[in-house]
Amino acid sequence: MSTDTAAAPVESAPAAPETKRARKHRKFSPWSVVAWIVALGFFFPVAWMVLTAFKQEGDAYTTPPKLFFTPTLDQFKAVLDSGIGTALLNSAFATAVSTIVVLVLGVPAAFALSLRPVRKTKDALFFFISTKMLPIVAAIIPLYVIVNDIGLLDNIWALIILYTAMNLPIAVWMMRSFFLEVPGEILEAASMDGASLWTSVREVILPLVSPGIAATALICVIFSWNEFFFAVNLTAVQAQTIPVFLVGFITGEGLYWARLSAAATLAALPVILAGWVAQNKLVRGLSFGAIK
Amino acid sequence: MTTIAEKPTSGGTADRVRELREAKDDSVSRAEGWRRRGPLLPALIFMIVVTQIPFLFTLYYSTQSWNLVRPGSRSFVGLQNYVDVFQDSQFREVAVNTVILIVGTVLISVVLGLLLALLLDRAFLGRGIVRTLLITPFLVTPVAGALLWKTTMFDPVFGIVNFVLSPFGVGQVDWVSKFPLASVMVSLVWQWTPFMMLLILAGLQSMPRDILEAARVDGAKPFAMFRELTLPHLRRFIELGAVLGAIYLINTFDAIYMMTQGGPGTASANLPFYIYQRAFLGFDIGQAAAMGVIVVIATIVVATLALRLIFKSFTGNEEAA
Repeated sequence: MSTDTAAAPVESAPAAPETKRARKHRKFSPWSVVAWIVALGFFFPVAWMVLTAFKQEGDAYTTPPKLFFTPTLDQFKAVLDSGIGTALLNSAFATAVSTIVVLVLGVPAAFALSLRPVRKTKDALFFFISTKMLPIVAAIIPLYVIVNDIGLLDNIWALIILYTAMNLPIAVWMMRSFFLEVPGEILEAASMDGASLWTSVREVILPLVSPGIAATALICVIFSWNEFFFAVNLTAVQAQTIPVFLVGFITGEGLYWARLSAAATLAALPVILAGWVAQNKLVRGLSFGAIK
Repeated sequence: MTTIAEKPTSGGTADRVRELREAKDDSVSRAEGWRRRGPLLPALIFMIVVTQIPFLFTLYYSTQSWNLVRPGSRSFVGLQNYVDVFQDSQFREVAVNTVILIVGTVLISVVLGLLLALLLDRAFLGRGIVRTLLITPFLVTPVAGALLWKTTMFDPVFGIVNFVLSPFGVGQVDWVSKFPLASVMVSLVWQWTPFMMLLILAGLQSMPRDILEAARVDGAKPFAMFRELTLPHLRRFIELGAVLGAIYLINTFDAIYMMTQGGPGTASANLPFYIYQRAFLGFDIGQAAAMGVIVVIATIVVATLALRLIFKSFTGNEEAA
């Protein structure tokens, strides 16, 4: 899946080998200009959001839209004063704890479903993925009632449990595909050398799948951080997460574009940065490991 | 799995590994069986408890006439809620909206994603940056993305969309209230095209280059090569993208909640939003639960077909890779 390996096309013998100059020339084909324009177009709303975050409200509402202005940090200061810190902390806590729980539950499960076959492997896999296919709305009413009855309404732990359930199936499928790549003969060799199961897991398998664990964790972080439906229905003030905090901007005191943009930038930035760093892992994670 | 096992084996370590993994555990002792199953159980039990119990409650609530606004009104009504839901013309409109939203968004984002992937499948200056810029919409918190489109992009007076379109004679159009469903779709397509692009790009780059090269040497035209070689190879990636996109889009809530609140009327409501309205704004638990059950049944039917498609293209068809 690595995008870098295919960057240079393989030149086969019968074709006239391209000179360096010819290849360089090809890099400047009009299609790459199109690609650049489209990419900038897709990125533009995000860039505009960040730009607006540095404006005064007056500069945010102008026709034609202002590209040049005196940047200010006022909006970020205002947003930080209005309690975004609590929401960011709640999101970070829910994301971190649920991701850890997902890994603790999911990695052994994926291990059981890959290296050491259990009966009905396919049924178990299907069950996990089938839970992703069910619309969440069908469960939200009883969830609300249950969460209310056990006193976890507006409590971050309710979200942690639900985020764990939301991400666990993806983690199991992803981790299974990473485990399936561990060469069996390595295990055989380890067990022939007298290594116990636990030793070979710790010394041989875990180091091999640790990039997979990192990719799985990243996907869980993205989905938990961005989750909105559970958060808006099951939290209010105490446990509100960052997407719920953003809602406050449209229902409250009217719209302040610049301040809204500053809040949205703070909400989106952590995930954007994480995704940029690990973009190669994204495809595989999001396709539940179906694609290598 | 069985399809792999049935394949003729050619010997070698790969097959030994496969045998090891495919081995039936009929022969292993009961204790060994539990030892193998053990690591699976916590995750399995957790998922069953958290996902299945609420659904059983939903089934139960769907047989109740239960409106929170009328205390003490709760009673067993059998299937009456289901009858009411099917007679509810708004429910039918919303169901149609849901299908339009999913099918439309998936189709457009797959086509755009394919075109973008083809553009990025060649080496050019700054390709890494272009790809990074392109995936960003997928990473933006959906609530923030929806707010961004509703305000700075689609605003009738100060919005960028109208500013860009004004040279073409488009006036101050209030996109979100005039074309609510289309506006929601634009923001969803913006968010999902990068995902499709990434997936299809992965497919393109897993193509054996020597075959393409050989075809070119044999004098195949670029379009013929695309149709005969590239597209068949990409098929399973496109299918996977469509299925995964649909799975996520069936739950679309944030974009509608933030941009249109389902309105005007129910013009842009989808099933999740409509059920949410019934349950949390109309307090009609029984009706909302019945709708939830109907949506689940419909999804199971569609998902079973879709999943069969994934399984077929990803396990039964390895040699096509």
